[in-house]
Amino acid sequence: MSTSPDNFDWDFAGAASARRSHPGAYDWPDAGGHFGPYGGMFVPETLMHPLEELRTAYERYMADPQFQAELDADLQDYVGRPSPLYHAERWSRELGGAQIFLKREDLNHTGAHKVNNTIGQALLARRMGKTRIIAETGAGQHGVASATVAARLGLECVVYMGEVDIARQEANVYRMRLLGARVVSVTSGSRTLKDALNEAMRDWVTNIDNTFYIIGTVAGPHPYPAMVRDFQAVIGREARAQMLARSGRLPDALVACVGGGSNAIGLFYPFIGDEGVAIYGVEAAGDGLQTGRHAAPLCAGRPGVLHGNRTYLMEDNHGQIVETHSISAGLDYPGVGPEHAWLKDSGRARYDSVTDDEALRAFHHLTRTEGIIPALESSHALAYVHKLAPTMRKDQTIIVNLSGRGDKDMHTVASHDGLVL
Amino acid sequence: MSRIAARFEQLRERGRTALIPFVTAGDPSPAVTVPLMHAMVAAGVDLIELGVPFSDPIADGPVIQRATERALAQGVSLDDVLDMVRQFRERDTETPVILMGYLNPIEVMGYETFAVTAHAAGLDGALIVDVPPEEGHALVAMLKAQGLDLVYLLAPTSTEARIARIGEVASGFVYYVSVKGVTGAGNLDTAAVAEKVGLIKSLIRLPVGVGFGINNPETAASVAQVADAVIVGSAIVSRIEALAATPERIPEAVADFLTGLRQAIDEVDAHVA
Ligand SMILES: Cc1ncc(COP(=O)(O)O)c(C=O)c1O
Repeated sequence: MSTSPDNFDWDFAGAASARRSHPGAYDWPDAGGHFGPYGGMFVPETLMHPLEELRTAYERYMADPQFQAELDADLQDYVGRPSPLYHAERWSRELGGAQIFLKREDLNHTGAHKVNNTIGQALLARRMGKTRIIAETGAGQHGVASATVAARLGLECVVYMGEVDIARQEANVYRMRLLGARVVSVTSGSRTLKDALNEAMRDWVTNIDNTFYIIGTVAGPHPYPAMVRDFQAVIGREARAQMLARSGRLPDALVACVGGGSNAIGLFYPFIGDEGVAIYGVEAAGDGLQTGRHAAPLCAGRPGVLHGNRTYLMEDNHGQIVETHSISAGLDYPGVGPEHAWLKDSGRARYDSVTDDEALRAFHHLTRTEGIIPALESSHALAYVHKLAPTMRKDQTIIVNLSGRGDKDMHTVASHDGLVL
Repeated sequence: MSRIAARFEQLRERGRTALIPFVTAGDPSPAVTVPLMHAMVAAGVDLIELGVPFSDPIADGPVIQRATERALAQGVSLDDVLDMVRQFRERDTETPVILMGYLNPIEVMGYETFAVTAHAAGLDGALIVDVPPEEGHALVAMLKAQGLDLVYLLAPTSTEARIARIGEVASGFVYYVSVKGVTGAGNLDTAAVAEKVGLIKSLIRLPVGVGFGINNPETAASVAQVADAVIVGSAIVSRIEALAATPERIPEAVADFLTGLRQAIDEVDAHVA
């Protein structure tokens, strides 16, 4: 780590072993929302008590059978869960190595994993008596998923979106408006996802009494990283049971793309204690890590504090957050969920990156081989599988999180191919 | 006694409410800041808050966001801000100066390097907006070792338990954020502020400053009735913004504005005394 260690009052090894009730147990975060030295609650005082109220409500309802039953029913009947675990036989054969299974989050209502979380948080918002929800969005998937649950529960919804992202995700902006949400264009800073998050935080501080902030990924202050993880962990729980039912054993490897890290942690979390399962997170290398134009804080950043938590960031030598680049708006974020920072440092998960071009090739490849058009975000995970699968045996298995469908990316892909739709 | 404690002690003896201006360091250009600080002191301010520009100022409204962007466009860094403090101290060894900003630039510099450099530059304290007491231990320890105060925020949402807890770790003074909102919000509820400040004073022995939403002599006077310090930020920064094209006029314009606030506060102080 390149940050000076005197900033942390954490002793990595000591803290980890002290928290282990028995060997192999993984029970992060701690009571303050820390994953080792990462995470925490780095927010202005105005938000501390509201976050405490949120944490209390979340802990209470996660243990409440009635809440859980309502959540499960919604996930089944409204989202369409469980999502299938699909054996991509033709693609596996072509790569000539491990058998590849796609966890089909693209088949969820609204087209991505994001809705697993917004359903959960919106139910919580209603239980807490909030009448207004706000959200930030990059690709628009989380904005659409928030607008969707707001429409269903009759809650007012405001979505903050960077001006740059609004231009490249027009279709999703229109979907949000159809659903009754107000989409606010954010023109400060780099005018992308991080600035949308800043603006949503400012709204929340101002309207704290009636407003619930639905953060779309495992970032933000405690309890968000843990809460969003717990809502997304349905992905990994299902995938684990599906794989066991089908082959009688666990997968050899998991692969997911990492923007903020919610689809990845959702898949990884239920497998963390399974030491034989290799875990790979894939960041966006944009034009290539060496160009500086990327969005890969775990691979090429260093620890710092942004948006309420300590994690790996893309920043300059003075601690200013730098602009990121990725072909996929959903990965275009300079931070990453603090639990991924911890999984990286502790060695439990490995993080690598793929470029825009590699992701685009994987996008086309899956579309042609399996008849499935993936989101550009998910295409990063697929591109990594292209490299990983051939290094594994044919009797080994990989589960890759197909976090979303590619409909929203038609314009981006077409323009890369020199077409205007 | 720290420079901040000494200043508040002096003010208390004289029955005077402090006036504390906030300006973003390096806005609209680095050359403006130090002369502006001296001009503000001449206009009667008692302590200066210098904003450290940060790329993602989540607690700031549009006025201070734009000031931050102007300063960042000139490449103003935490090192540069500390250098401005050092220059200010060449001519003023009495007026306390604190930095107000976000944690990440300090994280990257390293807490110890920051504390040592800041002390050497003549800084008196820091208010780090995104460091609540829960996350402040390591930073407080480093600052204390250099005799620097860590000023904490209190908010309308702070419970009694939180106020008491912050009282245990804060030093210098505490800063009550008068509204739920970001800097520059304009809906100050004087009665609610008076009530909360009363509660804070019953739980904390440090002086209490009140800021957010004070933008003219009237609001300054009403806050002066209940607080130990009146803190004014966006109203100054928007005057700086208006003169960004003619920076040589900034010190005088800001001083005029502050003189008006000072007079309004003095009238309240005279009345109370
Ligand atoms: C389909 C899809 N996958 C992945 C992501 C990245 O988010 P996360 O890393 O939180 O899963 C997004 C974000 O918009 C998305 O839409």
